[in-house]
Amino acid sequence: MPPKSVYIHIPFCTNKCYYCDFNSFVTNNPQLIWDYLDALRAEMELTFARTPAEEIETIFVGGGTPTFLDQRQMQAFLEIVQAHLGDRLAPGYEWSMEANPGTTDYDKLSLMRSFGVNRLSFGVQSFDDRLLKRLGRIHDVSDVYASLENAVRAGFDNLSIDLMFGLPDQTLEMFRESLGKALELPLSHLSVYSLKVEENTLFHTLYQKDQLPLPTEEVELEMYLTLIDTMEKSGLHMYEISNFARPGKESRHNKTYWLNNDYYGLGAGAHGYVDGWRHVNAGPLAIYTRMAHEGLPRVEGFAVSDSEAMEDQMILGLRLREGVDKARFAARFGRTIEAEFGSIVAEELAKGMLEETASHLRLSKRALPLGNEVFARFLRD
Amino acid sequence: MDRRERQKHIRNFSIIAHIDHGKSTLADRILELTGALSSREMEAQFLDSMDLERERGITIKLNAVRLQYKAKDGQEYILHLIDTPGHVDFTYEVSRSLAACEGALLVVDAAQGIEAQTLANVYLALDNNLEIIPIINKIDLPSAEPERVKQEVEDVIGLDASDACLTSAKAGIGIEDVLEAVVTKIPAPEGDPDAPLQALIFDSYFDPYRGVIASVRIVNGTMRKGMKIKMMATNKTFEVTEVGTSTPHQTPVEELTVGDVGYVAASIKTVGDTRVGDTITDASRPAAEPLPGYRKINPMVFCGLYPIDTSEYNDLREALEKLQLNDASLQFEPETSQALGFGFRCGFLGLLHMEIIQERIEREFNIDLITTAPSVIYRVTQTNGEVLEIDNPSKMPPVQKIEQIEEPYVTATVMVPKDYVGDVMQLCQGKRGEFLDMQYLGENRVQLKYDIPLSEIVYDFFDLLKSGTKGYASFDYEMAGYKPSKLVKMDILLNGEVVDALSFIVHKDSAYGRGKVICEKLKELIPRQQFEVPIQAAIGHKIVARETISALRKNVLAKCYGGDISRKRKLLEKQKEGKKRMKAVGSVEVPQEAFMAVLRMDDKK
Repeated sequence: MPPKSVYIHIPFCTNKCYYCDFNSFVTNNPQLIWDYLDALRAEMELTFARTPAEEIETIFVGGGTPTFLDQRQMQAFLEIVQAHLGDRLAPGYEWSMEANPGTTDYDKLSLMRSFGVNRLSFGVQSFDDRLLKRLGRIHDVSDVYASLENAVRAGFDNLSIDLMFGLPDQTLEMFRESLGKALELPLSHLSVYSLKVEENTLFHTLYQKDQLPLPTEEVELEMYLTLIDTMEKSGLHMYEISNFARPGKESRHNKTYWLNNDYYGLGAGAHGYVDGWRHVNAGPLAIYTRMAHEGLPRVEGFAVSDSEAMEDQMILGLRLREGVDKARFAARFGRTIEAEFGSIVAEELAKGMLEETASHLRLSKRALPLGNEVFARFLRD
Repeated sequence: MDRRERQKHIRNFSIIAHIDHGKSTLADRILELTGALSSREMEAQFLDSMDLERERGITIKLNAVRLQYKAKDGQEYILHLIDTPGHVDFTYEVSRSLAACEGALLVVDAAQGIEAQTLANVYLALDNNLEIIPIINKIDLPSAEPERVKQEVEDVIGLDASDACLTSAKAGIGIEDVLEAVVTKIPAPEGDPDAPLQALIFDSYFDPYRGVIASVRIVNGTMRKGMKIKMMATNKTFEVTEVGTSTPHQTPVEELTVGDVGYVAASIKTVGDTRVGDTITDASRPAAEPLPGYRKINPMVFCGLYPIDTSEYNDLREALEKLQLNDASLQFEPETSQALGFGFRCGFLGLLHMEIIQERIEREFNIDLITTAPSVIYRVTQTNGEVLEIDNPSKMPPVQKIEQIEEPYVTATVMVPKDYVGDVMQLCQGKRGEFLDMQYLGENRVQLKYDIPLSEIVYDFFDLLKSGTKGYASFDYEMAGYKPSKLVKMDILLNGEVVDALSFIVHKDSAYGRGKVICEKLKELIPRQQFEVPIQAAIGHKIVARETISALRKNVLAKCYGGDISRKRKLLEKQKEGKKRMKAVGSVEVPQEAFMAVLRMDDKK
């Protein structure tokens, strides 16, 4: 069976945020974008010729900043997607696009909606203008309200925002406030991530010079626990380590990853998992663009062995609040979790880091902030 | 050629030198001049064939080569050059190679003069009745003072240095003079080729295809392929499958006879069957007496070696057995630690020896090790009069049962330019040294003698000495017996439990300070766990220092970057890799370095 999910990467931004090490480029040369869209079309053609899509349940357009595209470019992009996938969309499909509050207007959002996009994920990050500035974001809080309003007006009813915590000079109180403001908005979903200082970012440079006053681990932990608590009280249940949703509004696309299911990955630097192969596309624009016209723009690819897939299934699945589905694991690999990871599971159960339900194996509440400690155990030597 | 005639044209010699005085370079030049190696084969410092030796610039294992030399008298000579290690830890190996020779080249740096280790090795050579040829090397250095150094050789060692060879091995000056001196001054081997075979085993190693290969020096008789031989110490017999020499590539020969230095293979499968120092004889016509063996040198430094992966215990035993084959000074016996499981208590000649064995096990046998801090042998008299020898601090009896503890002392000889005398004295006193003697060797150099506890030497004395004197000091020591000391055992508790492998013995006066430093050090070295871990230092039941490792509070990955699973895996793998070199002690993950933390206590000073 071909994948039921598609990830498409739009690697453009108006500027680079100080913490970001994603594959994104800042440009004011429109030709680069047109060339990119052309390459994307070529990659889609070849991809779906080789592995035709049957029924697509989720599409996720991420970035970069997909809404960086201007009206004409957006139109062209949506047409490309529609041409390849329009007639494959399953009933009740989920089509998400990431959006930046600083680069959306009503017309663009309407256009997106008219092509069938039905879920938006706004990169809000914080409701504190000073912090937003500190992160290198181009938008301010008023942009957030304006774009959310536009989105509702354009007919979107499945809205999500991203928030961050553990930011420089951020206090628990500031984070609480941001959460409170987020909850006033008509959201069905929230993703809340802790800041991770990645190499090759401005933050990393500052961090190394000891000029990035991050909250202590204790405070960060408090923020995380506050988050979980606040969300639960507000009817947004935690379905993954960093994700919260109203019932039925979990991001089905993201769950694809956590369930270790396959997906098409398209665009510069995109990762895909098709037919037992994981692959990585060329990241730099010029290289991706050139390669996409010569064949599939792959720079890496490897078959995932059963043994590795079982590890992935645990590592990814344990991120879900419900945990790893034991029957599903056994059906997929012909081996039970018990047979494969028995001693590790037993040890972690005994430590109180894992817990077992009738159908699932999951992280205990106590283990949530220490997930990595548990995940790493499922990697074999 | 008649065997007896041939015997007159054999010369067997070693080179003794202080580290860096040019021994290996001189050996290379000799190999080059005698055509033993074509220039294409000429690999810098051929004799140091172990990777570890080249990296560290030292010789550990002895190697022997056969060389052909046509002397100025028109005759062809067979020269056997037997290499020796220079470091003080390897005195035992030196005595082995010297026993296979009639002469030794004493190489002294023309700028630096005699050093402490040179002296020690010269005395060994004199003990073996070797003819010693002084060689003043590096005469092309601007700072060379060959006349002064000659005088030093005469004053300090009492050798006639008037016709010492003046060389620069690096520049290839004077090499032929050296070879002429070897031929004219070193006596030909004595011995009877028709007498019953007596061959001294001075080295051996294991070859996976041919079994144990023994390096031998024939003292009497003749050995050839097909012959039945007997090991005189073990009484085991074998049939010789091959005899040969190293030229330096192994080359089979018809026979080895008196004066020859070569190798013998005899399908010997067990390492223990060929003891270095044993005598090989003819099984059908055995010699009446074995040759005098070597003075057995007892290990002075002990530590526990444990495989990180407990399933590698047997592999570790095999590795130690193989290493012991040509390193008789390495001792080991099984021991069990509550913290570390099954391992071995190993005895070494010194700290360098310990490090080298440890590194060889990790590199050549691929076993990751936990090494406990080194200890010496303490002599403990119990209140009931019983005397115990303790080589593992965790075996120390409880305080109330101890009448007295004695510890081994060494007499340390340090040679140093006079400007550093103050620093050296301060260091020795800081290490509980007792001043014995100070002498001027010429105008500028001073020889200091101290009695110092061996336990202080095995930690970091040598490093501190080198760094405190900009590398000018040289150092040697000999055992000076046991003396009573005010010593106590210090235990380290992690999470409330004594970790036996971390216990150490310390002088009472410095116990509190050390306890504090080691707790701080361990706090740095042990990563945070999922719970809070107290670290305590205790003497008996009394806690003398305490630190706490706070619990790991948060460690979870954030976003999944557009389905980039491999990035997640890499992060987790990195985390896991870090844990690999850790040992679970109770419920606490302890990294390997922590077990050596006692060693590095002085970092903080």
